Amino acid sequence: MTLLAIEGVGRRFPNGTEALRDASLAIEPGDFVALLGPSGCGKSTLLRLIAGLDAPDTGALRWAGGAPGPGEIGFVFQDATLLPWATAEENVWLPLRLRGIPREAARADVRAALARVGLSGFEGARPRELSGGMRMRVSIARALVGRPRVLLLDEPFAALDEFTRHALQDDLLALWRGLSCTVVFVTHSIYEAAFLARRIVVMTPRPGRIATELASPLAPEHATRFTADYGALVREVTGVLRAAMVPAPSAAIDQP
Amino acid sequence: MSWPPAIAGLLALALWQGAVWATGVPAYLVPGPIAIVRAFVAAPTLLLSSLASTLVVTFTALAVSTVLGVGMAVAITASRWARAAIQPWAVALQVTPIVAIAPLIIAWVGDPFAALVACATIVAFFPIFSNTAIGLASPPPELLDLFRLNGAGGWATLRLLRLPAALPYFLAGLRVSGGLALVGAVVAEFVAGAGGFASGLAYRILESGYRLQIPRMFAALMLLSAAGISIHAVLGLFGRWLLRRRGEA
Repeated sequence: MTLLAIEGVGRRFPNGTEALRDASLAIEPGDFVALLGPSGCGKSTLLRLIAGLDAPDTGALRWAGGAPGPGEIGFVFQDATLLPWATAEENVWLPLRLRGIPREAARADVRAALARVGLSGFEGARPRELSGGMRMRVSIARALVGRPRVLLLDEPFAALDEFTRHALQDDLLALWRGLSCTVVFVTHSIYEAAFLARRIVVMTPRPGRIATELASPLAPEHATRFTADYGALVREVTGVLRAAMVPAPSAAIDQP
Repeated sequence: MSWPPAIAGLLALALWQGAVWATGVPAYLVPGPIAIVRAFVAAPTLLLSSLASTLVVTFTALAVSTVLGVGMAVAITASRWARAAIQPWAVALQVTPIVAIAPLIIAWVGDPFAALVACATIVAFFPIFSNTAIGLASPPPELLDLFRLNGAGGWATLRLLRLPAALPYFLAGLRVSGGLALVGAVVAEFVAGAGGFASGLAYRILESGYRLQIPRMFAALMLLSAAGISIHAVLGLFGRWLLRRRGEA
């Protein structure tokens, strides 16, 4: 049964920009979907619509079992966006705290969430004492602590160095396998989408539309990076993206 | 205190005293540092009790400014209507020269202490208000989204996000307002003192001037600037201590 049916959704901002047109997508329970496309293709807009942070002008989002309530969506932003004055533990506690769960009652869940992202022992650390990658781990722990129905990530690793990015991608896959939660991941990196996602949704800009969808045949694990199949998928996605981008100027420049 | 300003200050005092000795200028025109210290030692309680009176006005005004400034900053953050209603008046108050309206306030407000506090508050209010308002608006939109996603209302967002985010901004404003509260208190005392209200360092400065006790006038001035420097330094230390306790700065 489909967890979320996105049906012909469109969104035009008050300034006249049409961010998204007639997007339809079905998200299954336990899916790992990557929304892939260049800047301005509406992928972040679509993610905000899924989160309920914004409402579509046309179309509808139909959730199995009703729209998610407070805390049922975990969201990871491009920056870690932690509270700078709070410790890692307090930052992860925040979503539970906002739902009225006292510190003591939340402690076991908070510690478990930090342990899951490999940050046991850093409970008392402030954001400024942590590296960029560790801050992002705290941010992921914060998104997971309330056991959300869906985990949404908006280019979370774009600002990290490549080693950290690879480590966090591996860890995200492990978390997804272990927690069997549904993940929607926005990225502009073909490599990242091909490595992480079970389904790659290719989007095109101005207005944002869903061009096509590819299923990944790859195993969700670290070793996949070194396989020929991974290379083949990257090439395939690149080709699809390029075909989708024609009449865009960059495609025209590439022609001999 | 670090050493360079202390050394520079002592050097300036020595040059000053040397110049006074060398030129033989009378003390009622320019007293040297030694004459000023002597004037202070001759009547320390008089000057110190005046200083205490000025400081009571200053800190009361600072406290009132904090309550009003933070309260109004919260109001304009919470409500568009309040922003439109309050902001222009706050700016109007900020650009009004206190010397011009102090006589009116002193005449309108019967109680002299309340009048002095009102004048000092008008001068000191704005930095706390505007800095806190900027701080309350400083959290990134992503954090506000996160609060929304977890069902946080306006009160929880204010308490757990906006107010803590505003703290460093508020402290910077408080530091500026501390100095301004003293300036406002002294200006108001000048106006009130000219009208016969005998209290505060400004009154001592006026009185010493009338009586040509210029060294005592300078002693009162020195006390005033020492108080200003101390308020600035203490509020700075207080702010850094508070932020360090939160693990920042």
